Amino acid sequence: MSTQPQQTRADAHIPSLLAGYDAGGYFCELTGAAHKPAQFAAPVRALLDPLDMRELRRRAKEAERELYNSGITFTVYTRKDVLDRVLPFDIIPRVIAKSVWHCVEQGVCQRVAVINAFLHDIYHDQNCIRDGVVPASLVTGNDNFREVMKGVDLPFNTYAHICGIDLVRDGKGNFRVLEDNARTPSGVSYVIENRHLMQRAFPDLMRNIGLRHVSNYGQMLHEKLSEVGPPNVRDPQVVVLTPGVYNSAFFEHVFLSREMGVPLVEGRDLVVRDDKVFMQTIKGLEPVHIIYRRIDDDFLDPLTFNPDSALGVPGIMRSYLKGNVTLANAVGTGVADDKAVYAYMPRLIEYYLGEKPILDNVDTYICSEAEGLEYTLDNLDKLVIKPVGGSGGYGVVIGPRASKRELDKTRKALMRQPENFISQPMIDLSVSPTLMPRGVEPRHVDLRPFAITGEKTWVLPGGLTRVALKKGSLVVNSSQGGGSKDTWVMEE
Amino acid sequence: MTSLLSRHAANIYWMGRYIERAENLARLLDVNETFSRNALGEQNWAAVLEIFSDQETFAAQHGAATTDAVIHFYTLDTANPNSIRAQLQAVRENARSLRPLISTEMWTQINTFHNRVAAKRRQDVTEAKLSGFCAMVKEGCQTHTGITEGTFVRDEAWFIYEAGRALERADQTTRLLDVKYHLLLPSVEDVGSRLDVSQWNALLRSAAGYHAFRRAYPHGMTPALVAEFMLIDRYFARSVRACLVRLGHRLDELERAYKIAPSSRTRAQLGALIRTLETESIDDVLGRGLHEFLDDIQDKLSRVSEEFALSFFPESA
Repeated sequence: MSTQPQQTRADAHIPSLLAGYDAGGYFCELTGAAHKPAQFAAPVRALLDPLDMRELRRRAKEAERELYNSGITFTVYTRKDVLDRVLPFDIIPRVIAKSVWHCVEQGVCQRVAVINAFLHDIYHDQNCIRDGVVPASLVTGNDNFREVMKGVDLPFNTYAHICGIDLVRDGKGNFRVLEDNARTPSGVSYVIENRHLMQRAFPDLMRNIGLRHVSNYGQMLHEKLSEVGPPNVRDPQVVVLTPGVYNSAFFEHVFLSREMGVPLVEGRDLVVRDDKVFMQTIKGLEPVHIIYRRIDDDFLDPLTFNPDSALGVPGIMRSYLKGNVTLANAVGTGVADDKAVYAYMPRLIEYYLGEKPILDNVDTYICSEAEGLEYTLDNLDKLVIKPVGGSGGYGVVIGPRASKRELDKTRKALMRQPENFISQPMIDLSVSPTLMPRGVEPRHVDLRPFAITGEKTWVLPGGLTRVALKKGSLVVNSSQGGGSKDTWVMEE
Repeated sequence: MTSLLSRHAANIYWMGRYIERAENLARLLDVNETFSRNALGEQNWAAVLEIFSDQETFAAQHGAATTDAVIHFYTLDTANPNSIRAQLQAVRENARSLRPLISTEMWTQINTFHNRVAAKRRQDVTEAKLSGFCAMVKEGCQTHTGITEGTFVRDEAWFIYEAGRALERADQTTRLLDVKYHLLLPSVEDVGSRLDVSQWNALLRSAAGYHAFRRAYPHGMTPALVAEFMLIDRYFARSVRACLVRLGHRLDELERAYKIAPSSRTRAQLGALIRTLETESIDDVLGRGLHEFLDDIQDKLSRVSEEFALSFFPESA
């Protein structure tokens, strides 16, 4: 059979994609350290490099259109009028070597283990306080400490069933923990959707490259959650509880319920009868046993917590405390991911597990301690100052980039309420090549691996890579102009 | 498999109704545009306001019923809950709540379709461009129903969706028929005139019924025959009776396969409505007044809908 002859390109001298790329002295996820090219990523570079810019942009545009059409969007709380915005997606993947991932995975499991051990302890004997490892004020005085949880026993002592551990990579390429998320970490849907997007945009590149797959997250989640159901329930009914379509993460809630094949309920769909939870279906009330809830403790039950909550389910806490229903994550996990408690994590790992941390913290100064405060005030212009209990990147002050007025304001706030802050040195966040209007440029990235724990812990290979799209910016949050990338964990 | 949440039952019912409503509104605007070409001037557009009882709302917001203003009101006006744009918005909002149930293909098409209409500006949908716009809307709605047919799980939600569409289509066919009444009351001398015939012709075509009508009635075209065809023909997919019979089948299936019974009142009201259509002679209906008859059917349909909602999703009724 005859075929059309291949066209030869007239413009054969288009520079390769990464030819002008300069990581600017930072550790690069694709090209490695300045004088030490990353061997593991060579096959990926070899695949990317021959693509010309026009082709790359064409594919990026297609992916963008697909995102828009699929309505994969998030809501920015400060702009209530804008319901839909697409989370920008960058099509150059972030690559992680097999051996590096192995270490990250171990480190995440260790972190999750210590979070659960800590939570069990603070709601039972409080040994960590008695032994002077953590000050009582950070535990029982914490806004997120829930008195009702004292003495409550949970299946396998698992509190944080779903955990997201935020990691950054320093100038030497070492991963460090920046933050723990033990309440309702979001973003896992992007991990899977980004992969699907890549598979459609680069079917040619992804063939034969050997990536760990991510598509079984829903199945694993359902499996792990089913392990922690109330005793004596054979075929437990799992549901996902969402605040509703106007929540910024509604798309993800839909994703979770679809991937698990379970109903996505709102508070108004649930009722409590005789301390048992049911959902209202067209056939009447049907029992619910495990709730992956994506609403905060405060809004869960107007009878126990915020009485004004219209999102929650009256009486659900009584059912929970009786062990008739499992909530994931457990109530009261917010103590463990507090930024102030974070500083104690390395000590807690030694205390509970008798191990050295596999993943180090970023150096952290606790401003409620005199030394920490003094150091912070003396080095304000060199440090990142973070409010404790804040989230979403609002209110973080980056000393070296702050104006004098901002620094003065921060100094005053620090002196007024030092216990509200921690500070950390600037980290040279690693970069990853990113497609920008002017070409492929380095942009800073972080990584949020996701861990699911029932009886044991399972970590999704890779995780969410967020990228700060603004040149030089270190803030990767989606609410502050961040985007995301597909994260490739190499098979070999 | 877990049962359908009551809230989702309401969402799927209304999604079905709104998509059908948008398609029929496009048909109705299209046929009205065809009529108003016949030198009757702008008052024709006021007729559409009457059909949907929107005269007061419209007058308060826009004053005189100019062609441009009415077209905008029913196509792109976000302030009018009866505009195509608002109806597609309602489809999309329901679909968003239904995301855990509907296929990704359904959602993507609804989202894309909605966005395409939402991107239109007033100058994109003028009288001259109305027909093209209506064709695009019809096609979008039909693509939706096609994708749904091809991808939606055949569980109770499917039958509720189909019930919603059948009920809405029955209602909309009565309104389409009403256009003709409002635009041109056939006087004795008009009946059978070239103008009259061409308008009945256009009406049938707007309901994609011209060919079906010809098959049923190979000779002639009288107001009585067309009205009879659109009201009680057994085989025409958009006739009021065929829609209601289909609605009855959906109720049967819900009861038989899913053990979910509609209230006896839903059944009784639907049964009475179908009997009326089957027993009334079209000449009696026309003699007493078609408009009054259509009004009465619309009232009864809205009561069937209320009963249906109370049966299946009382929390959201």
